[in-house]
Amino acid sequence: MNTSNMNTTNMNAALDPAIAPDFSGEKIALEVDDLQLFYGEKQALKSIDMLLPEKRVTAFIGPSGCGKSTLLRCFNRMNDLVDGVRIEGSIRHHGKDIYAPGVDVADLRRRVGMVFQKPNPFPKSIYENVAYGLRLQGINKRRTLDEVVEWALKGSALWDEVKDRLHDNALGLSGGQQQRLCIARAIAVQPDVLLLDEPCSALDPISTLKVEELVNDLKRNYTIIIVTHNMQQAARVSDYTAFMYLGDLIEFADTNTVFTNPQKKKTEDYITGRYG
Amino acid sequence: MDSNQISQHISKQFNAELENLREQVLAMGGIVEHQLGDALHALVEGDTEIADRVIKEDERVNTMEMDIDHQCNYILAKRQPAAGDLRLILTIIKAIADLERIGDEARKVAKMANHLVELQTFSGNKNQFAAILHLGNHVRTMLHGALDAFARMNVEAAITTALEERAIDSEYNALLRQLSTYMMEDPRSISAVLDVIWAARALERIGDHARNVCEYVVYMVQGKDVRHVKLEDIAEHVKSAKP
Repeated sequence: MNTSNMNTTNMNAALDPAIAPDFSGEKIALEVDDLQLFYGEKQALKSIDMLLPEKRVTAFIGPSGCGKSTLLRCFNRMNDLVDGVRIEGSIRHHGKDIYAPGVDVADLRRRVGMVFQKPNPFPKSIYENVAYGLRLQGINKRRTLDEVVEWALKGSALWDEVKDRLHDNALGLSGGQQQRLCIARAIAVQPDVLLLDEPCSALDPISTLKVEELVNDLKRNYTIIIVTHNMQQAARVSDYTAFMYLGDLIEFADTNTVFTNPQKKKTEDYITGRYG
Repeated sequence: MDSNQISQHISKQFNAELENLREQVLAMGGIVEHQLGDALHALVEGDTEIADRVIKEDERVNTMEMDIDHQCNYILAKRQPAAGDLRLILTIIKAIADLERIGDEARKVAKMANHLVELQTFSGNKNQFAAILHLGNHVRTMLHGALDAFARMNVEAAITTALEERAIDSEYNALLRQLSTYMMEDPRSISAVLDVIWAARALERIGDHARNVCEYVVYMVQGKDVRHVKLEDIAEHVKSAKP
């Protein structure tokens, strides 16, 4: 079933209104259905139900340990790599359960790319960093690689800064440039969803603004989910904001509503800096 | 958002800033309330000394408005308030503009009081002022209610107070008809009656500003924007909001 064209208002009708934004007119990229995640005995996600709209920026906010990064990592099965993790429920990407048996996880991670908190370029040239994913797919044709590298670097707003030194080592770039290189590396394989896990927490304010500007450009073509500790950043870049607390999804609404008139007291206390 | 939430921030400094701001708004409200009472007294009693005091006091109100406005600017720039805090700051910025206008209207009433004394038309006949005094006291009660609703962050009180505007409007219209009759009966009174009409008009405007303050209180507490909603629909509008 292709859920991306379903009437999303009806799909949301059964949920608590505080976690069911009005998605009428939106297509849905990801559907999370009764998702529970355990690290050993400890439950890190408690029955999460949510829809994530396509080509929109959704921000996850919440205090440390609330499960926002854990949830983000579920979308490309990064949690599979952690020992003792047990996952129940389902996540559907364009209608297909990504935890179903037989899913090619490498292919899933190509379609659902991820950028981490700390820029992690490979100790290779700028060019080879971006071309890496394509080479993994067996694409080695010089002209194709040149085109994709240029396209991805332009897409991540880095091209003008590095076009004359594509074959220099990527580790010589500044932190902000390295992070945008990681975004270029992620979009080079033309994913559908981009997961950003605190992409700016190691960057200075100017680099942060550049990355935020980039996120705004990228949402034309990608579904973006961003985890951030910086609430102003969530307010600036996202269309929808989800507030999580102790493994629960407390509130999920359009960003304007969350930051001006949240419906739940816990959300209000968190975003206004009050004692919980 | 309720009044004791102001003091629950992790940042004690922020608590203090918001509390201080709220106290200043209430102090400003107290001054304009006093101005209105004095202006009415000056009008009815022909007391030019008190009228002059009202006119002078307006400068203080203007300064307070600017002071509070600047502090709100600093809080917006430095704290980036969100949700209830943001609505509190926005409410204060708007409410002080209305309070300042109320001060201006009170000053107009005081000026008319001085002018009437100069004309000496109504000297010795205080009954002429019974109707405008009634209107003025009604407006005073409404202003007091609006400030009280703000202080207690009480939506119900704000709505009850806002509804008073209708009664004030009909009282104002009745007064206008009565004053028109005076002018027709005795054309020599036109100049003086016009002064009374201006004063009544100022009082009616104060009622409008007080209603605005009530509407901001609803927004501050519930996040519901009830400006330009018909008076009779406000209560219904608010019911659909969160408790």
